[in-house]
Amino acid sequence: MSILVDENSRVVVQGITGREGTFHTQQMLAYGTRVVAGVTPGKGGQKVEGVPVMNRVAEAVEKEGANASCIFVPAPFAPDAVMEAAAAGIKLIVCITEGIPVLDMVKVVDYVKRKGSVLIGPNCPGIISPGKTKVGIMPGPIHRQGSIGVISRSGTLTYEVVDQLTKAGLGQSTCIGIGGDPIIGTNFIDHLRLFKDDPQTEGVVLIGEIGGSAEEEAAQYIKEEFSKPVLAFIAGRTAPPGRRMGHAGAIISGGQGRAEDKIKALQEAGITVVVNLAELGSTAKRIMKG
Amino acid sequence: MKLHEYQAKELFRKAGIPVPKGFLLTSQEQLTTALKEIPGPPWVVKAQVHAGGRGRGGGVKVVHSKEEAESAVAGLLGKSLVTPQTTPEGVTVHQLLLEEGVEIDKEFYLGMTLDRNLACPTMIFSPSGGMEIEEVAKQSPELIFKEPVDPATGWMPYQTRNLVYRLSTLPPGAAIKELGTIMKRIYDLFVANDCSLLEINPLVITGQGSVIALDAKMSIDDNALYRHKDLAELDDPREKDPLELMAEEANINYIRLNGNIGAMVNGAGLAMATMDLIKLAGAEPANFLDVGGGASEEMITKGFEIILKDERVKAILINIFGGILRCDVLARGVLKAAKKTAINVPLIVRLEGTNVEEGRKILEESDLDFLVAKDMAEAAELVAKEVKTQE
Repeated sequence: MSILVDENSRVVVQGITGREGTFHTQQMLAYGTRVVAGVTPGKGGQKVEGVPVMNRVAEAVEKEGANASCIFVPAPFAPDAVMEAAAAGIKLIVCITEGIPVLDMVKVVDYVKRKGSVLIGPNCPGIISPGKTKVGIMPGPIHRQGSIGVISRSGTLTYEVVDQLTKAGLGQSTCIGIGGDPIIGTNFIDHLRLFKDDPQTEGVVLIGEIGGSAEEEAAQYIKEEFSKPVLAFIAGRTAPPGRRMGHAGAIISGGQGRAEDKIKALQEAGITVVVNLAELGSTAKRIMKG
Repeated sequence: MKLHEYQAKELFRKAGIPVPKGFLLTSQEQLTTALKEIPGPPWVVKAQVHAGGRGRGGGVKVVHSKEEAESAVAGLLGKSLVTPQTTPEGVTVHQLLLEEGVEIDKEFYLGMTLDRNLACPTMIFSPSGGMEIEEVAKQSPELIFKEPVDPATGWMPYQTRNLVYRLSTLPPGAAIKELGTIMKRIYDLFVANDCSLLEINPLVITGQGSVIALDAKMSIDDNALYRHKDLAELDDPREKDPLELMAEEANINYIRLNGNIGAMVNGAGLAMATMDLIKLAGAEPANFLDVGGGASEEMITKGFEIILKDERVKAILINIFGGILRCDVLARGVLKAAKKTAINVPLIVRLEGTNVEEGRKILEESDLDFLVAKDMAEAAELVAKEVKTQE
């Protein structure tokens, strides 16, 4: 097994006719993802990489049985796109788009929850269950099917970590980039709950960064309810306070969100925290069964 | 994006949130007019800079006569102001706000920010006004009252009661009513302008019993500026580092730090992790630079140019994990920048991921002088060693 996505995922790409949408549709198809439809309002009837383009998400659900969405729609229109997917009954929505105003996300997250859908992102690389499917933009070849779950707030940093895991002989069950924004659809805990019940997953690597307190809450949850081994890395130990480090959510403000506090919380929960990123793969090999 | 106090107060005024009468001074000559227009003495002269801790840095002065006003303006305008939040060199004061003095009976803190866990805006109210709210939160957290707001309903009257009736000494009825009106308007202003932070510290009850915002701090969500052209125009580029400004125009995430190792990385998380590794190797990064997950050749060139413009940089580290951004694109971008500006410092390159062989080949076949690192740790060690041998 794996979590949230597998070979049965039928993906609709929202914003398929854009540059990013087209490129990643091609990449997803090459990985083996079942991209069953694309949506670009006003361009219904066209084809992109052999995938039929429709005007509405509801059409993709009715005609092609889409059950997952991958969104490349530009930031001003992305909130509407996420809500359209949720309204059409899509259960898993992956929003890649970066730069969505945070107050828009306040409404979107609330709406998606009420509709009973799961939102990953925004501002994220997506989700991959290696060997089965990828819904997102991560480079496929660095992944290998296996038993480690990966949850991360970052993009390329996750690729670095996955690459180290694979080279250390540790494959992955599912890797999720939850996004670098202050308000995101799902957080560490949401995915830890799923990994807990997933028989394929034998251990989890958690990649956090400065800002907010999601890592501290994850630490608390792991301490109380999660018994599989967990390895963590926190980026931004040397980041200055009050500055946004690229990600909209990566900021230490009012003394909150510092890396050392997160590391301390994780360690106090009995979680191994890697300080030198270059040693992540070897450390994982030591503490995970693989 | 941060607004100046005078800009935020103008928005307050339009929204019906009471603020003192004020006059913006950009030259000493305007003072005579200002003193005629603004009731006083006493007056308050306030430096208009984005950095916090102005009061402690001497950027806020209460004056009781025309002469005192003149000397306060002369001492601040065009001068450098050092506060706990600026660099030791400080920031230049280009503008002053002259305001009427207000007799203070009681001070509060009122702020609105985003609660990341609850995923909604949250009002923060405290009877410990006029002090740094972070300090209050640390010393006496019981004096910080919070009220999250449901975006579907907006600010409701009961929420004012939830905050105000927790005060140990209740203000007079009229003031409570005014506080309620101000809280509602603060929430509306926060939402209407896509704020990420809105702060009044202090919000005071005057000797006459009315409620007025003596200070105003407002930050706008950069991602929402596309739909607030009027606010975007309020941006003050003089408050920014020239290299940061250059990066902003090129759509590159760049933050100037205090070290001497220039770093170019793709992705914010990896860029932070690279900074951490540089420090772990015993050196200091000169910057945070994230060219983005899918940077173009032009952006790479621009990013590299920015690093080369920084005179403090003694060695450069390029750390790229190619995903969407292919390593060959990176290599060509670096070569283009090297053609424009001579590279006089050691360059360490670590490439991994998509098209890595092609990228390495492009660099090797050029006349660029550089060292290749096999992984991140080696890259950080090499760059730290280069800097140390120069010392």
